[in-house]
Amino acid sequence: MSILKNPVVFTANRLRDGESVWLGASGVWVEDINAARVLRNETERDASQALADQADADNIVVEPYAIDVSAQDGVVAPLKFREQIRAAGPTVRLDLGKQAQTHASRAA
Amino acid sequence: MYRYDEFDREFVTSRVAQFRDQVERRVSGELSEDNFKPIRLQNGVYLQLHAYMLRVAIPYGTLNSRQMRMLAHIARTYDRDYGHFTTRQNIQFNWPKLTDIPDILEDLASVEMHAIQTSGNCIRNVTADHFAGASSDEIADPRPYAEILRQWSSNHPEFAFLPRKFKIAVIGAPHDRAAMQFHDIGLEMRRNAAGNLGVAVYIGGGLGRTPMVGKLVNDFVAEEDLLSYVEAILRVYNMNGRRDNKYKARIKILVHETGLDELKQSIDAEFERIRDGVLKLPDADVRSIEAYFAAPKFELLSDRSSLLEAAKADDKSFTRWVDRNVSAHKQSGYGIVTVALKSTGEAPGDASASQMDVLARLGEQYSFDELRISHEQNVILPHVRLDDLKAVYDDLVANGMAAPNAGLITDIIACPGLDYCALATARSIPVAQEIGERFADLDRQNEIGDLKLKISGCINACGHHHVGHIGILGVDRRGEELYQVTLGGSGDEHAAIGEIVGRGFSKDEISGAVETIVDTYLAKRLADDESFLDAYRRIGAAPFKEALYGPVAA
Amino acid sequence: MSYLYKDGAFQSDKWLTIDGDQPVPEGEDVIVSLTLFEEHQHALLTRNSGRLGVHLEAAEQLDAIVPHLDKFDVVSLDFPTFADGRAFSKARWLRDQHGYAGEVRAVGDVRIDQVSHMKRCGIDALLVTHQQTIDSLTDIKDPGLQLYYQPSAIDGETKAGGRAWARRA
Repeated sequence: MSILKNPVVFTANRLRDGESVWLGASGVWVEDINAARVLRNETERDASQALADQADADNIVVEPYAIDVSAQDGVVAPLKFREQIRAAGPTVRLDLGKQAQTHASRAA
Repeated sequence: MYRYDEFDREFVTSRVAQFRDQVERRVSGELSEDNFKPIRLQNGVYLQLHAYMLRVAIPYGTLNSRQMRMLAHIARTYDRDYGHFTTRQNIQFNWPKLTDIPDILEDLASVEMHAIQTSGNCIRNVTADHFAGASSDEIADPRPYAEILRQWSSNHPEFAFLPRKFKIAVIGAPHDRAAMQFHDIGLEMRRNAAGNLGVAVYIGGGLGRTPMVGKLVNDFVAEEDLLSYVEAILRVYNMNGRRDNKYKARIKILVHETGLDELKQSIDAEFERIRDGVLKLPDADVRSIEAYFAAPKFELLSDRSSLLEAAKADDKSFTRWVDRNVSAHKQSGYGIVTVALKSTGEAPGDASASQMDVLARLGEQYSFDELRISHEQNVILPHVRLDDLKAVYDDLVANGMAAPNAGLITDIIACPGLDYCALATARSIPVAQEIGERFADLDRQNEIGDLKLKISGCINACGHHHVGHIGILGVDRRGEELYQVTLGGSGDEHAAIGEIVGRGFSKDEISGAVETIVDTYLAKRLADDESFLDAYRRIGAAPFKEALYGPVAA
Repeated sequence: MSYLYKDGAFQSDKWLTIDGDQPVPEGEDVIVSLTLFEEHQHALLTRNSGRLGVHLEAAEQLDAIVPHLDKFDVVSLDFPTFADGRAFSKARWLRDQHGYAGEVRAVGDVRIDQVSHMKRCGIDALLVTHQQTIDSLTDIKDPGLQLYYQPSAIDGETKAGGRAWARRA
C-alpha cells in the first residue's frame, strides 16, 4: 500500500445538470469539495476509481478524473488553479458558482 | 431581415424534437457520452468547467427585438441572468441544465432561432460584416449569400463529420470588418467586368495553433455557382483533410501541405463536374432571399442634423461617444451605432438580461427593429436617425452601456478564458478588466487612438489575439498564468498575423507591459494620426522590445 | 455479430468478407479488401462464378476501383468511428460522379443517428452491430429529419420550401 505523493479526490460533472461534483465519503457525488473523500494511498485511490468509473457507466456523472489536493483541517484545496476555479466559481463573478453562498453570506 | 417560412419552421421544430429525444436517450443511458458528444456539440452544447454551456447562433449577426428579448428571457429563466456575445456572432449561456436545453431550443425556435452547428466538426454559424446593409462603403449586402449558405449547410448529410470545424464568413465591402481572411472559407462579394455579382474566394485562413492568412483560390465565382463552388471545396477537404492529428486537421493545413495550386486543381475539377448540376442557384431564388434583406423604409433626411449638432455643442461626453461609436450610414441622415459592451470593469461581450431588454427596446424604437452582434463582441443599432442619437445615448447612459470606446484600446475582445472554459490555460477576463482600468481615462484613450487589443486564454485563439494590434495569449507555465504578447496583427483587409515580442509576462506584469508598449508608440509616432498599427509597421518590433526588456546586447 | 439491413428490413447476408490472405472460394459472393483486389485483380475479375464486392477502409481512396466499378456488385465503405465522415463523400462520388448503381454498404460503427445522412449520401445497405441501432431500425424509429436544405444522392425526395435547394423526404 504505497502512499500517494499528493492526496487526491475524484471529480466530474453531473450528467443531468452539468454541476461540478466530487466523490464524497459515502460514495455519493457532492457539490462541496470539502465533503469529498480524500484518498491518500493507492488502494484507496483504486477503490474510488472503480466507484467513479461505475458512476460514469451508470450515467450519473460524465468523464470522472482524479485531481491532486491538499487536505488539512477539513479544507480540501486543489493544487491546480483550474481545479480551484472549478471548486469555487469564476474569479470574475464571485456571485456565481460554489463560492456564491459564501459571497452572499459575507455580503449580508 | 430573413423570416422563416413554413419549411424553415418545420425544419427547426423537428430538429428540436430530434435533440429532445437524443437528450432523453442520453439521460436514460441508451446513448453513451462518446456517441452523445458529437450530437450535443452539433446542437451547441458544451460541457465546461462549472456546467454545460449552450452556444446559440445569431446568423450573420442579425437579430430583431423579439429575438433579443427571447435571449433575455432565456438568460433569466434557465441561466444566471446574463449571456456572453462571442467573436463568431453567437451568444453563450454559461449555466444551463442539460435537461432544460430542449425547452430552451423550443423557446428559441418560437422566435426563429437555433443552436444548430454552433459547435462540432461541421460547418459552423456563417458570419458576415456586422454593418451589412448599412455601411456607406458597401458593394452589396452579404447577408443573402450568408443565409443561402446557412440553409445549405444546415444538417448537410455529407459534411456533418468533417476532419475539423469549418468556418465561413462573407463580406460585401472592400473594408473587411469580419476578419474574412481568417476563416476556412472567406467570401468577398464583387462585381465582374460585366457588372454581375459574385464572390472572390479565400481558403485556408484561420487562427489557433497555426495561424494563417487565407489564400485567394478564385477571384470571381459567379453568384449562380456559389453553392457548387463551396460544396466542391468541402468535398475535397472532407476526403483529404488530415484526420490523424486534430491539430493538423483544419483546411489551412491541407492548403499548406498540398500547396494552393494543386488543391485548386482538385477543387476546380470537382467544381466543373458539379457546376451545372442541382446546386446551380436560380436567379429568382437568390432574389427572393435578397428581398428579405431589403433596406428599411428610410426617411429622406438631410445629412446634417441640427438636433445632433445642438446636443453635441452642449455635451462633451456625448460628442465623444458620437465620434467613436457612430459610423457613417449609406442613407443620409442616419448613423450606425455601436453599443460597446466594454464598460470599465465589465467582462467583454457580457450583457445582463435587463440590458438585452433595453437593447431590444432601442432596436424597436430607433433602428427599424433591427440589431446586430459584431465579432468584436459589441451590439450594433444599424439604422439610427441622427436626430435620435442623443435619445439613444441618454438611454444607454442610464443603463450602463454608453462606453464611448469603440475601436479604442479598452474595446477589448476577450474569450471567456479559464474562468469558464474547459480548454483554457489562463484567464482572459481579469486581464481585460485590468487593462480597462489602467486606461480608463478617456482623454488618454482618445490620444492613443485606434488600437485593437485582443486576448485569448489558450492557443485556440477564440479571442483572436493573433490579429490584435496588440495580442495577448494566456498560457500555463508550471501552474502559473503567463501572458505572451504579439504585436502588429490585423484582421482587416490588410490581414497580418502578430509577431511574438519576447518572453511572456506574469498576470501582475501584463497590464504594465501593455502600458510600456503604448507609451513607446506614443513616443515614436510621427503625428497624432499615425495609428499604432501604422507606426508598428514603420518602426518594427525593436523599439518595443527594448522598452520591454532593455537594450539588446551588441 | 453484425446484421445486414437493406430495403427497410434485416436480411441474411449472402456475402463473404475475405480478410487478409484467406483463399477466395469459387462460386461464393465475396467482398475483398482493396489490397487483395489490387494483388489479385486479374484472377478476381475473371472468376467463373460468384459475385464480387470490394471493401474500402476509411483512408483508402476510390481511385483504384473506379475503372472496374461495373464489375462490383457491392462497394463496402468503412465507418471506423462516429466522427470519421470520409465515407459520406465517397458514397456521394460513387453515386453522383460515377453513376454506380450497385449496393453501397456502410460497415463499422454504424449508428442510428447517422443513418439518415448515410441514406442521403447514397448508402443503401447497413451492416449493423450496435444493438440499439438494430432495435431502432426494427421499430422503424429513424431520428433523422424529413426536411432538407440540400439535394441528395437518392431518388424519392421532392422539391419543397419554394427554393431550388430544399427537399422533403
